Amino acid sequence: MEKRIRVLVAKPGLDGHDRGAKVVARALRDAGFEVIYTGLRQTPEQIAEAALQEDVNVVAMSILSGAHPHLFPKVVNLVREKGMDDVLIIGGGVIPETDIPALKEAGVAEVFTPGTPTSAIVDFIKANVK
Amino acid sequence: MDIVEELLKGNRLALSRAITAIENEYDEAVDIMKRLYAHTGHAFVLGITGPPGAGKSTLTDKLAKAYRAQGKTVGIIAIDPTSPFTGGAILGDRIRMNSLTMDEGVFIRSMGTRGSLGGLSHKTADAIKAMDAFGKDIIFVETVGVGQSEVDIVKAADTTMVVLIPGMGDDIQAIKAGILEIGDVFTINKADHDGADKLVRELNMMLDLDAHGMQMEQTDTEKALADQFHHLNVAKHAVGNTWRPPIQKVIASQNEGITETVENIEKHFKYISETGILQKRRTERSKNEMLDVLHSNIGKYITGKLDETGKLDEYVEQIKRRETDPYTVVADVMHDMLKE
Repeated sequence: MEKRIRVLVAKPGLDGHDRGAKVVARALRDAGFEVIYTGLRQTPEQIAEAALQEDVNVVAMSILSGAHPHLFPKVVNLVREKGMDDVLIIGGGVIPETDIPALKEAGVAEVFTPGTPTSAIVDFIKANVK
Repeated sequence: MDIVEELLKGNRLALSRAITAIENEYDEAVDIMKRLYAHTGHAFVLGITGPPGAGKSTLTDKLAKAYRAQGKTVGIIAIDPTSPFTGGAILGDRIRMNSLTMDEGVFIRSMGTRGSLGGLSHKTADAIKAMDAFGKDIIFVETVGVGQSEVDIVKAADTTMVVLIPGMGDDIQAIKAGILEIGDVFTINKADHDGADKLVRELNMMLDLDAHGMQMEQTDTEKALADQFHHLNVAKHAVGNTWRPPIQKVIASQNEGITETVENIEKHFKYISETGILQKRRTERSKNEMLDVLHSNIGKYITGKLDETGKLDEYVEQIKRRETDPYTVVADVMHDMLKE
């Protein structure tokens, strides 16, 4: 019957700044999504496994430490390895423009940098979720 | 992939997809439940309930680890509230259970209440069945943070644990009806905070009134109270239930009191198994399940028919103009549709 969009909001890596992730989580909730928030310092393996157990449609990651070139592609690969081919994977945080093409090449559907209105994230998910 | 076949083989993605189908009431959910049903009935279901912030998730995390240490496989269903305004939800119970994520013997699923008001979601019972069929030995069901009357968990669980914390109100809170009546096992978490011993005393008083109040010299007020409790007691327990819920002080974050809590849970399970209360509860559950499906299907069928024929709007108009009333309309509808 009614499909409800489920989003895993995750903080991979070691930085402890989750203000942005929480603001996004709240905005997604207000858009009518079910948001599973897993807290700080998640390994890519934990994120992929949580995505599987929760059967989410979207994995949204936030990183402020600069570890995104390593961690984002790793999560993409692990999620795909688990057979979840249709999960939309997006990222955000302090990410230099120059890094974005490589992330997209690696399977990150979109990258949202500081200053992005939360509505842009909601719209992107609604338009691209399978 | 054939979800049921894969689920029964132990494919975690299949279990996850099955729960989604159940939760979203996809068409295939009925078929999934039909095929899984024969494989259910083996898991022990532990309900964990209590007010928001009592430490239910932390306690679930520690108890799950204790059961894993015994070699048992664990399923966890953690429920958080859905916004009645947007339909959205923040499901945050996993935050306290991160260290369980990489244990292959544990499967955690978060669910939003999606409009249900009893502390669970409408589809929790079927999600429990999916985990049961998957082969989980014990399934924890963590309710939303409850107030005083969200007691659906007793219908779903074999053993219900109520988690309380000190400092939430005076002793009159302990004699109110509601969640305090559904505890098979009580856990006082954050027992290092002020007022833990007082809370234990008050709970003990309440529970003594429950079990033994009849034999004591009583004032009229106490008698009235005891009568009231007795009545509620019969409603809750099967006749002949002499179980006295134990109370354990716990500091979940520091792993204190967890072993004792597991012992209490196991004692209760043994008690209900040996006295036949478990069988009675499960029979009652089967009956409720069947009636729920019956009511829901009949409701859908009749509403669908009324909608198709345009009669629904017609009736509503007539009721609005006070030419008839809902009771007469329903009597007529029932007469027409269920005459054979």
